[in-house]
Amino acid sequence: MDKKSFLKHGFLISGIIFFSYPAFSAETRDTCIECHKALDDKELSAPANFSQDDVHIKIGISCADCHGGDPASDDVSVSMDPAKGFTGKPSKTEIPKFCARCHSNSDYMKRYNPNMPTDQLSKYEVSQHGKLNAQGDKKPAVCTSCHSAHNILAVDNPASPVYVSNVPNTCAKCHADKEYMKEYGIPTNQFDDYKESVHGQALLVKGDRSSPSCKNCHGNHDAGLPRAIYVGNICSQCHALTYDLFSKSPHKPAHDRMGIPECEACHGNHRIMKPSDDMLGTGRDAICVKCHSSSSKGFKTALAIKNSIEELKTDITQAKESTSKAERLGMEVEDAVFDVNEANNSLTKARAYIHSFSREQVGSIVEEGKSLTKKAKELAKKAIDNFNFRRKGYSLAILLIFIFSLALYLRIKMLEKNKGEK
Amino acid sequence: MFQRRVNMNVSKIKDSLIKWVKESYHIEPFEDIVTKKQVPLHKYSVWYYFGGITLFLFITQIITGILLLFYYKSTEGAAFESVKFIMTKVEFGWLIRSLHAWSANLMILTVFIHLFSTFFLRAYRPPRELTWVTGVFLFALALGTGFTGYLLPWNELSFFATKVGTQIAGSVPYIGGFLRTILRGGEEVSDATLGRFFAFHVIVLPLCIFAALGLHLAFVQLQGMSEPLSVKDNKEKKSIPFFPNFLLRDILAWMLALGVLASLAVYLPAELGKKIDPFAPTPAGIKPEWYFLWMFQALKLIPSKIFIFDGEVVGILGFGVMGLILLILPFIDFPSRKGKRNLFLTSLGVFMLIFIIVMTVWGLIDKGGHG
Repeated sequence: MDKKSFLKHGFLISGIIFFSYPAFSAETRDTCIECHKALDDKELSAPANFSQDDVHIKIGISCADCHGGDPASDDVSVSMDPAKGFTGKPSKTEIPKFCARCHSNSDYMKRYNPNMPTDQLSKYEVSQHGKLNAQGDKKPAVCTSCHSAHNILAVDNPASPVYVSNVPNTCAKCHADKEYMKEYGIPTNQFDDYKESVHGQALLVKGDRSSPSCKNCHGNHDAGLPRAIYVGNICSQCHALTYDLFSKSPHKPAHDRMGIPECEACHGNHRIMKPSDDMLGTGRDAICVKCHSSSSKGFKTALAIKNSIEELKTDITQAKESTSKAERLGMEVEDAVFDVNEANNSLTKARAYIHSFSREQVGSIVEEGKSLTKKAKELAKKAIDNFNFRRKGYSLAILLIFIFSLALYLRIKMLEKNKGEK
Repeated sequence: MFQRRVNMNVSKIKDSLIKWVKESYHIEPFEDIVTKKQVPLHKYSVWYYFGGITLFLFITQIITGILLLFYYKSTEGAAFESVKFIMTKVEFGWLIRSLHAWSANLMILTVFIHLFSTFFLRAYRPPRELTWVTGVFLFALALGTGFTGYLLPWNELSFFATKVGTQIAGSVPYIGGFLRTILRGGEEVSDATLGRFFAFHVIVLPLCIFAALGLHLAFVQLQGMSEPLSVKDNKEKKSIPFFPNFLLRDILAWMLALGVLASLAVYLPAELGKKIDPFAPTPAGIKPEWYFLWMFQALKLIPSKIFIFDGEVVGILGFGVMGLILLILPFIDFPSRKGKRNLFLTSLGVFMLIFIIVMTVWGLIDKGGHG
């Protein structure tokens, strides 16, 4: 190719690129964002300031995919033309169905996330929020109340309002607001109670994400008040053994018959505190005596179980003292320490078996623990005896060494006295 | 009457036994050495006993070591557990291991004292050069036995101290890499290291010690004890017979050592430590055994570069040269060879002694460990 021909072709290619630019550019432009960003009214400009982490922006879903219109046109009358599908901002009550256009469409959702459920709307409709929404109440939560309207972050993003440890705060935005909740006649202290509870402390203070938040008991999209009679089924999701024991105990049919909540009856709901042994038995803080009178069989069982647990605790304390003493003396009591730890495990197990409300079942576990503490105490005693034996043996050895040395010294003196030094 | 008859019979049996031994084995030369040998008595005589105490502690090492061998297993998976078994399950196992560990430490201490006292009293003067040379070999062998034995419980402290120790050995110019590989039995401290340290600790080094000790004791018996220069020319010289006077005094010193050893073993029994995790990073504050600490601390103080040379290499070479000088000292200490005092060497010895003590104490209180 000569120089002239090269220049000719070069200009031609440049011209094609230059003149085709607006058409090319129109495909990638989003005039919704361009215009809204430039608006002075913050309410109108805010939705255009998307976070880079927004789940929709990340997969290329823009304003028009939800709100309709023509994002390629600079002309407002065209870009926001209802004829071009522009729907504008949905009212609060419309939002669930607005989001569900995609989120309930399993074919559509499979394109982006095949594992994502598509039953949110159907669940929402049966939720307390959904029911009130259907009645035209604009106050109950809709999708955007929890997920936000724009800048929607993935549920596993710690900044998301629906991230596991943020859920209690998100729910509390409405449910802890006395003024907002006034007309519904439900308490607003759940969040304060939850924060104090063993679950709240674990999740919010210790950062244990396996600890339950509001949604674990009440559901999320289908949020509602669990029926008291089924509370045990919720708790059993984590506390399987205790609930299994409860289910087989005489308490289960009694609770069912009398309509008393299962776990909640003793442990409460939002303010579930770490259980203590004082809850058991017939003492001042005991829960058993709230239902069982002093002449009842339940009262006697509670007292017997409480006594056996206390006996094991005393035994463990004594075994610990013995092993600590042996350790302080520098003796090796690893086996005894192991047995004390195992006895502690028995105590934990016995505490769980309280939910069987059977003195025989708790008693047999307590006996296992007691035999372990007995073994530990014997081992610790043996170690302490061994220590004393060592000290006595040492004293005897030193005495023998001293006597032998003294005899040697006298013999040397005698030798040197008799023969004299040269 | 009956008693007299018994005594006569015992005496007869004794005489016939001695006669039988003399006729069969011709022990007269040894008998002469033992019965006619005299040990000088002067103000420095106390230092003579440290050789005997060292021998006593070595014998303790051998006996307790054999007993430990009944249970010890020298593999990576079983070493720590076997020591734990000895300490907790075997009757008097704790005592045997504590006696072994403490007698090792005390033996190295008495070796140091014996070496320095011999040095300051110039006991290596002719004709006792080879007694000194075998003694220096014994000193090195004792340190080697301590180093190899330290790893055998296979606990965290011993593992990382060996790692650091063999790493320092690897800095020796030219042969360092080879030396490290030989010591470790590979690139890292592993099962192979434990195996060869065990073999060195229970077979190789004890055999070498027996050989060197045999020569050392033979030289001492043949040549007798050296008299320090300061008392050599005293007009009123005193001495006592080796047998039984000095031997009884020696046994008295052994009893004192036994008392100290038993007290340490009972009141400060050897610890088991923490089982090692070879993949864990070196814990802070890892230090070698106290007898290597002065060298370790001195190496830490040497700048990383001395002119164009690597500081650690210069330090290691320095210690090597010091060891060599120590070995050939009787041949190069010309004033002492001529029976004259060598004030320079005494000053150097005092400086070294202070240096070793200061560095050791500094190393013990320094929390930095291996940096």
